[in-house]
Parts: sequence; C-alpha cells; structure tokens
Amino acid sequence: MIQFLSYLVNGISLGSVYAIIALGYSMVYGIAKMLNFAHGDVIMIGAFVCFSATQYLGVPALVGVLLSVAVCTVLGITIERLAYKPLRSATSLAVLITAIGMSWLLQNIALLIWGANPKSFKSVIDLGTLVLFGGQLRITSETIVTVLANIIIMIALTQFTSKTKMGKAMRAVSEDRGAAELMGINVNATISMTFAIGSGLAAIAGVLLCSAYPVLMPTTGAMPGIKAFTAAVFGGIGSIPGALVGGILLGVIEILGKAYVSTELGDALVFAVLIVVLLVKPTGLLGKKIHEKV
Amino acid sequence: MKTRKSKSFSANFITYAMVIIAFLLCELALSGAIPGFKMSRSLKGQLVPICVYIVMAVSLNLTVGISGELSLGHAGFMSVGAFSGILVSQWLLSAFPESNLELVRLLAALATGGVVAAIAGVLIGIPVLRLRGDYLAIVTLAFGEIIRNLLNCVYFSFEGASLNFSFLDPNLPGDIVVNGPMGAIGVKKLASFEAGFILVLFTLVVVLNLINSRSGRAIMAIRDNRIAAESVGINVTKYRMLAFVISAALAGMAGALYGLNYSTVQAAKFKFDTSILVLVFVVLGGIGNIRGSIIAATVLTILPEMLREFGNYRMLIYAIVLIVVMLVTNNPMLKSTLDSLKGKIFKKSVKEGDKA
Amino acid sequence: MTQKYKREPVKMVPAPSHGILPERDVLSRPVLETRNLGIDFGGLHAVEDFNLVIGKTEIAGLIGPNGAGKTTVFNLLTKVYQPTMGTILINGRDTAGMNTVQANKLGIARTFQNIRLFGNMSVEDNVRIGLHNQITYSTASGIFRLPAFWKGEHEQHERALDLLSIFDMQDLADHQAGSLPYGAQRRLEIVRALATNPSLLLLDEPAAGMNPHETEELMENIAKIRDKFKIAVMLIEHDMNLVMGICEGICVLNYGRVIAKGTPEEIQNNPIVIEAYLGKRKEG
Repeated sequence: MIQFLSYLVNGISLGSVYAIIALGYSMVYGIAKMLNFAHGDVIMIGAFVCFSATQYLGVPALVGVLLSVAVCTVLGITIERLAYKPLRSATSLAVLITAIGMSWLLQNIALLIWGANPKSFKSVIDLGTLVLFGGQLRITSETIVTVLANIIIMIALTQFTSKTKMGKAMRAVSEDRGAAELMGINVNATISMTFAIGSGLAAIAGVLLCSAYPVLMPTTGAMPGIKAFTAAVFGGIGSIPGALVGGILLGVIEILGKAYVSTELGDALVFAVLIVVLLVKPTGLLGKKIHEKV
Repeated sequence: MKTRKSKSFSANFITYAMVIIAFLLCELALSGAIPGFKMSRSLKGQLVPICVYIVMAVSLNLTVGISGELSLGHAGFMSVGAFSGILVSQWLLSAFPESNLELVRLLAALATGGVVAAIAGVLIGIPVLRLRGDYLAIVTLAFGEIIRNLLNCVYFSFEGASLNFSFLDPNLPGDIVVNGPMGAIGVKKLASFEAGFILVLFTLVVVLNLINSRSGRAIMAIRDNRIAAESVGINVTKYRMLAFVISAALAGMAGALYGLNYSTVQAAKFKFDTSILVLVFVVLGGIGNIRGSIIAATVLTILPEMLREFGNYRMLIYAIVLIVVMLVTNNPMLKSTLDSLKGKIFKKSVKEGDKA
Repeated sequence: MTQKYKREPVKMVPAPSHGILPERDVLSRPVLETRNLGIDFGGLHAVEDFNLVIGKTEIAGLIGPNGAGKTTVFNLLTKVYQPTMGTILINGRDTAGMNTVQANKLGIARTFQNIRLFGNMSVEDNVRIGLHNQITYSTASGIFRLPAFWKGEHEQHERALDLLSIFDMQDLADHQAGSLPYGAQRRLEIVRALATNPSLLLLDEPAAGMNPHETEELMENIAKIRDKFKIAVMLIEHDMNLVMGICEGICVLNYGRVIAKGTPEEIQNNPIVIEAYLGKRKEG
C-alpha cells in the first residue's frame, strides 16, 4: 500500500510537470490555433540555461530559474515573430512543419552550444526529503515543489484569463480572431503574450523536470513534449483544466504502468489509455463537442 | 483545350519519365560510364534509403494529401513491414539453407511486409478513422509509439524450419533473429537499388492509378466535403479505410526493403522522428502532389550528405533551410503572384462575360 | 408580434387529404410519405408532427419564415439527423435506422443551402462523383487498369456530359468547380444530385442569389428535369415567384409545424400563412 502511495505521489509529480507543459501547448493551440512542436525543446533550453547559470556562472539556484524564465520568454516571443507570424494565413499543416523545423533548430543549437554529452543537472530545490510512515514513504522536496508549482500556476492562469483585460482578450481571440480584431483587440500582442506565458512556463517545467530526473541532453525535451501534447489532447485541447487533468492522469498512468506492468511497456500503456479515452470521448475528457452545421 | 483525362495522363507521364531517367542516370554513374562523375561511396549507400523514403513519402501523401487525414505514425507501418519482412526472409534462409533463393526471399519479404502492414492498417484504422483532425493525428502518433514499444519486447528465433517466439522472455533456443530491444540481428542483406526502383515504380502505379479512378475520386470527395460526399451515396468509412490501408501496405513494403538493407535493424530506428521526417517530405513536396513527394524525399535524404562539409553545423543548416523554405513557399504575397501566373497560363476560370 | 404561438389544432384550409395533391399524380404509390415526423433537440422540438405525401412526379414546395425548420426537414429526410419520432417512407420503404448514404441509395438526393461542391475538382468530376453508385467498377480494376475501368470511365464521361447538357454546361466540364460563378455552382450541384438517379430531388433554396432572368431559367429547368427524368422535386424557397410559379403543391411550415398545405392559390389566400409571414394585423 505504501509502495502504491509512493508511486502515486511520483506520478502526480511527473504529471504536474506534464500539466505545466501541456498548458503551454493548450494555450497556444487555443489562441494561436497552431501546434507548437518546438515547445518541448523550449523546455530543454530552459533547463540548459539554468544549468549553465548555476554551473558555470555560479549564481544561486533561484537566479538561475529566473534567468531561465526570462530567456525562454524572449525565445518564445522571438520564435513566434520570426517563424509563426508570417504563416498566420497558411494551412495548419504548413505551420506544423515549420514548428518541426524550429524544434530541430533548437535541438541543434543546444547541441552546438552544450555538446551531446549528458549533463548532470543539479536540482534547484535543496530542501531535503519528507519521510513518512517510519521511513517507508519518501517524498522528495522536488516532488512537493512541483505539485505546488502546478497548483499555483493553474490558479494564477485561471484568474488571469477570467479577470484581467489581457486574459479576456486571449479568450476572445481564441473564440473568434476576426471578431476580436474588429473589437479593437491587438491580436499580435495577445498572441505574443500567449507565447511568452507558454514559454515562461516551459522554462519552469524544464527546471522542475530536470530537478527530479537529472539527466540533461539536447533531446531531453522531445519525449516529455510529445507526452505533454498527448496529455493536452487527452484532457481536451484548448482547455486549461483539461491540461491539468490530462497531465496529472498521464503522469500517474505512466508511473503506475512502469511499476506494475512493465518498464518497457509503460509508455505503450499510456498511449493505449489515451486511445481508449478518445474513442469514448472523441474530443478529450474536458473538450468541447464540435457541431457541424449542414 | 486539353481534356482532363489527357492532362492527368501527361502529368503522370512526366512523373514516370523523371523516375526512370533518374534511375538510368544513377545506373550509368554506378558503372562509371559517365565521364567525370564518379558516384561517391556515401551516395551509393543512400540509393536504397532514397527509394525507401520515396515510397514512404508517396504512401503518406495518399493518407495526408489525397485522403486528407493527418497521420503521425506512418513509421509504425514501416517498422511492422521491416520486421515481418526480415522474419520471412531469414526463415526461408533457415529452412532452405542450400538453395539460392535470393529473389524469392526478397519478393516474399516485400509481399509479407505489405500484407502484415495492411492488416495493421485495418486494425488501427477501425478506431482511428472515427476521429477527426488533430485527434486522429494524436491517435496515429499513439499507435506508432505503441508499435515501437511492442517491437522492443518480441523475441524470435529459428531452428531449421521451425519458428520460436516469445514476448518479453529473451531465452529462446536456436538462432535468435529478433532480440527484443536489440532488434533484428544477423540479417542477410538482400536489398538493392534495382529492387528499390521496382518498388518505387510499383508504388507510383498503385497510387497514381488509384487517384485517377472512381475510388480515388471518392476519396478526394470525402476530403473536400464529407457531408456532400455522403449526400451522393459515398461510403465515407469504406474509402477512408481504403486509402489508409493501401498507404500502410506500401509503407510496409518500404519497411521490408529497408530492413533487408542492414544487418541489424532496431525498432528505435522507426521512432516518431521518422514519421515526422516523412511528413516533412510530404508537406514540402506539396500536399497531394505525388511528384513533389518524390523530389522532396530524394533531395532531403541526400541533403545531410551534401552538407557534410559543414561538419557540426550540418543539421543546423538543414533545419534553417526547412524553415526558410516553408516561410517562402507560404508567403501570402508570393502565393498570390504564383496564383495569378497560373491563372494566366491555364485560363481555368470562367469569365463573367461568358455567362449569357 | 406579441402573441406567442399556441399549440392548438391548426385551422386547415380544406384540402383533398393530408397529402399535398395526390390526385394530380397518375401513378399509384407516393414517392415520399412521412407520418408524424419530428425531431427533438434536447427539449426543443425543431420539427413536430410533420405529415406529408408527395406524388411520384410532383413538384412540391416547402416554405415558411426563417427558422421554421425547413432545412431541418430536409436533413431529416436525408438522414443527416435521425428523427426522434415518426416515420419516413421513400418509395414505400421505411428508412428507420438508415444513414445518409443508404437514404441516397434508396432514391433521395439533395442540394444544400450553402453550396457544397467539391471546389478543387473539375465540373465533370463533380458529376462523376454523383455517378459513383450508378456506374461502377472495382478498386482493383482501377488500380490495375482492367477493361472494366476503361469501360466505366468512358460511360461516366458520356453520362456526365449528358447530364451537364441539361443546363448547357457541358463546355465547362474541365473548369474548376470552385471558380464558377455562383449561379453556375448552384446548377452544378443540381446536376450532381441528379446523377445519383434519385426518385425525389430536394432543392434547398436553389434560386438564392439568382436574378429574375436566371430564376425564370431555373423554373423551366426544374420542369424539364421533372418531365425528362419522371421524378418528384421538392424545393425550399423564399422566392415566391418561383414557388407559386412552378410548385403544384405547397406545404407551409412555422415553428416546426405544418400550418397549411394546398395549391398555390389556396396558400396565397390562407390567412394563417399570411399571419405567419407578415404578423398579426393590429386591431383598430
């Protein structure tokens, strides 16, 4: 039982990371109507920046995180302006391929700057381990901070989109871009802000991910990126609570699957669950049903 | 005015001619008959992969461009075809070690790869084709990953003519031919550029003939307007499946050829990355444009080799080239200039004055 | 308009039966019969108690104010929506549980309010797709270019041009469907529907966006189609000249229910119909 709780906690923690990443995917999809395949690699850049800052510049962990968020935010806005904005009127497939190109670009830049050798990421959270049930259940501080961060981000984001002017602008653009523009909303600024938030969150996710799983390479962001994208769709793409639910569920299923079924088949299990869910609820757990007018 | 029939005929003729001429040129270069142009070793090694990726791109274009369904798991069919093709080929080798059955083994491998991939296509298509758009895409991605994971867990071995199989248990008697995560080992290479060329031609015949036929029109009608297609009695599920399964079968055959080109083949070679790579070929070559897929697959497979002199910056340049090409070809200003040019040349639209 | 629509038995102009005017039809079994047809969208009865009989070679009209449920009726007949109550009989066959494809094979074809052509394909190909179930050959014949392919393609080509000639469009066969002017696109949609060899052709606002001259031509063409193919036609229309000019029987819908049925003269003078379109006269 304790073993199960331990796995569950790890699953929730991993799921929280996925949820934060999924948020970025969902927001960009909902507002800019594109699948930003480079998102997973922004996570990797975030982790590397923090790593370099703490390792080579010797700054304290918190500064490293802030630097990482700053760099990724700027990176996200730059990518959007350079590569995605010119393609606003192109087919979604064309934008997808450009995003893939951007993903490869980021990976190769990281390869050139930091090399291919795996780096050992020093965790930014140095608060020790919580020991419960007489030593049988160990919850690392990374785990707790990750889950807390997730909750705080979710609440903040929900408040932001419902209460603030920019947040409402985002919702308007996601419903009907043309109408929003006609109402005087600066669509370019809104989309840039979306990418900024998404990329900033990606940086945090990268730091948290590598704090818990300390191996860092240029390809580190790819698989979590795919899984988080899966989580976003799973929960209902475009939905903030959907990203949360999808991410956490995915993380839990992955950890439990790897523990109880088989390590090799853990990933397969996650994807199998996704397929089953989508067959039952074709637009994801919390997704909206799309009606076609005839 | 050229009729529609003769226009598509001449367009296809150009495609076949292009492929045949390219093949002949390569053969001449290989035999050293072209003065001053000696084919480099690395390029020689790329010939079979180019054929394989051409077939992958054309078959994916059938799903993405002609049927209009975004598939992100195409490499899954390739891997299924590769492993089943290898199995058949190695089994024949093991069961009949004395006779020289190379051609038979190759054909059997290709056929098996195609059939097994087709079956996979049916099994996957049934749930997948019920979904739409991005959800369909993510499920194909999911299936691709599941297949890769499963292939990492299978073990096959031969003892003479009998076959042993296990799932997750690496202890098998006889000669191991598929060793779990290590993949297929000790494969006797059978692939050749000639075989690749024949496969490319076969693929073109199947896909181009399908497009210019009743079934092809039905598939494209569903893509263009599903509700209208239903209203004129076209069975949407049937034709979506048809495109998907044929596409899968062709990818399986490509996979079989690919598998027989190396002495070891791991499932990791058929990751999501490969599916994405083929998708890039398709989009770059033009959605629905078969000739474009051929050209894009060829150029982009050779490109990393040609960029070799840039050393470590090779893949970086590759990525930049991709982004720049996408930006340029989708620039709205450029597009409208191209469209008006096309209009002037082909005069397809009915002008207002023609109406009574 | 302050009076809310009350659900009481509607005063009907005496009409021969609950059919539109089956006596005009010389053949026996009606092409379409609906009994208490209706659909309920989660509490909203978009269409209710829809009873209609259309004769084998009848030209019928379905009219009513915007939002009355006319296109919904078409969607029910073509099984885009499944009815939640009632029956639909096409040529005497009950269509319960059928989908759009099966309904089409049974003999009902339609055009759409917002044109749904295959814009990227040629005009001829659009018609050929309509011929998909009429002139067939197997997929294998297509891929391996067997004789059945050549025969089928030739037949489809001939038949497509033949159908296009109804509207004198055969010269446009190679043009891209999406590049045609609006009126031509509407006509093409009708040709495509005809290609499926229906017994009943449903036209959803065929004259929308047409000028009076084009509408005249359309009227002649509809009559020509009925006479040549011996089929029934039902149209949804707002253009009253077209409706009164060509329809032999008219059914009027309001708030999802039939409020009147009869000949053009009867409908034009029916006070309930006038009230539905123009609102109740203010007393005093």
